Amino acid sequence: MDNSYQAVMARKNEIMLQSIGMDYSEFNTGKIAFDYEGMMAKAGYSLDEVIRIQRETGVGNTPIYELRNLTELVRRTAPPGKGARILIKDEAANPSGSFKARRASVSVYHAKKTGYKGVISATSGNYGAAVASQSAMRGLGCIVVQEVFDSRGVGQPEILEKGRACEAYGAEVVQLTVGPELFYVFLRLLEETGYFNASLYTPFGISGVETLGAELAAQVREKYGQDPDAVVVTHAGGGNVTGTARGLRKAGCLNTKVIGASVDLSGLHMASDGDFNRKSFTTGHTGFGVPFLTWPDRADVPRNAARALRYLDRYVTVTQGEVFYVTEALAQLEGLERGPAGNTSLAATLAIAREMDRDQIVVVQETEYTGAGKHPTAQLTFAKQQGVEVRRGDPRENVPGKVIVLPTHPSQISVVDYDLDAARHSYLRKAIEGYTLEDLEPVDLQFLADETRWSKERVIEEIKKLS
Amino acid sequence: MKEIPAGSWVLVHSIILEPEQRAPQVPADTKKVPLEMWIKGYLEKAAFPGDSVTIKTCTGRTVSGKLVEANPAYSHSFGFVPELQKIGAELRAMLAEGADAGKGSKSDG
Repeated sequence: MDNSYQAVMARKNEIMLQSIGMDYSEFNTGKIAFDYEGMMAKAGYSLDEVIRIQRETGVGNTPIYELRNLTELVRRTAPPGKGARILIKDEAANPSGSFKARRASVSVYHAKKTGYKGVISATSGNYGAAVASQSAMRGLGCIVVQEVFDSRGVGQPEILEKGRACEAYGAEVVQLTVGPELFYVFLRLLEETGYFNASLYTPFGISGVETLGAELAAQVREKYGQDPDAVVVTHAGGGNVTGTARGLRKAGCLNTKVIGASVDLSGLHMASDGDFNRKSFTTGHTGFGVPFLTWPDRADVPRNAARALRYLDRYVTVTQGEVFYVTEALAQLEGLERGPAGNTSLAATLAIAREMDRDQIVVVQETEYTGAGKHPTAQLTFAKQQGVEVRRGDPRENVPGKVIVLPTHPSQISVVDYDLDAARHSYLRKAIEGYTLEDLEPVDLQFLADETRWSKERVIEEIKKLS
Repeated sequence: MKEIPAGSWVLVHSIILEPEQRAPQVPADTKKVPLEMWIKGYLEKAAFPGDSVTIKTCTGRTVSGKLVEANPAYSHSFGFVPELQKIGAELRAMLAEGADAGKGSKSDG
């Protein structure tokens, strides 16, 4: 068999079909439209089924804590009457230490049920450990493919730790240098082993996160007798936002605002060998958040089930320094040593809660385990070794890859709003590439309206402007 | 250099794509370097570091590559960062101060 880069990439659709056991083309409904809800319903599992699957392996049912001291701190820096109550869902309590156990649980269950001998995942994040842990429980083989090293052989400490965790759960870890050809290695492994593609972006993965939204809705209602006013979600590939928002809707929280938050890494190229080790966050950042928001189908499956643009009410960014500062605050004031990447939404929440009324509730919907390599001390030590300046000061002076500024006061923590309409324009431009308005069928226009949350009329108007 | 016995847990290295074989979309600096891979497994036959060898991985795959070392260790750690050290105490002091000074303005929320 020809295993050159070009030949393997040319076999991509065939390999996908074999490794997921799902023909995505059956959901195509128009020139560009596909039946998203139909795909979720047919290939995914219902909320009740997912709850049952997750109970089998101890996933979910994580505690929710009120962050009393951080709420108090926010109220001290808020205008009179402002400063919402801050809650946090302790997803670190999942097996493997992050919400990713939810995402892995359904994929691994489905792989086992449909007769696959093992699963493969291409991930440098917590998802690897989640897939490895779930595979260990269900007795499947597991391979995790990671992007770890730059060309000097220097490994990102957080990813080294995540690789160690995968090995601790009995997985085989394939470590690579920087580059998008990780996907090529991933495809070759799928072909060689016949394992299941435990992609982050299948309906299985996304339906697994729906329980997070539904659970937190139930917990907030039970404890406080009201719906959460806002839920802040760390946003990278879009699965956390999509699954949580779908779960909230299924629980009937129709007025809860879903706010995405990413660490600002603008200016750093995600596939650059030189930039790779100049970032102190390996996920939850704009390097994934923005491209996946504006074009979700860049994922490792033909149709991405994570479609954040459909669910985000607001999208904000924070700086690396602010997240490290807040991570320290969470440990020191609330006794929770977690993160840091998962605390991106917490950093944003401290600024957002300040704008909200005192009787409102804002939920930070995840934490993640911490440890050697991941911890702020590890990341900042590494950053200094890579020539990044680390100092206290005004966080607005952060420059991704050059300077990390840790705030001197909590009142300095702020968010920068990302223009969602700009993201919608960018999405639309890509979606209609090669088509004119006349080419598109009514089903395509409805699909684009669902994707952008614009009216059909607005979609037509915007397409006219583009052409 | 010491020979590594067969059956040892080892790390092997290989080049997956030479610079000229890399994907067209990679940035210029990445295009200058090869795509490299490291995998761990049990060494099939005794060999010296640098030798071309085959290993059996924990999923049972046979993989070949250049032998790097036996018993590869984890070396990532925590470090210490003085810039983080005072944050906790500062925040606690802020809360304590406000609790005394601003009793009237404190809300039970």
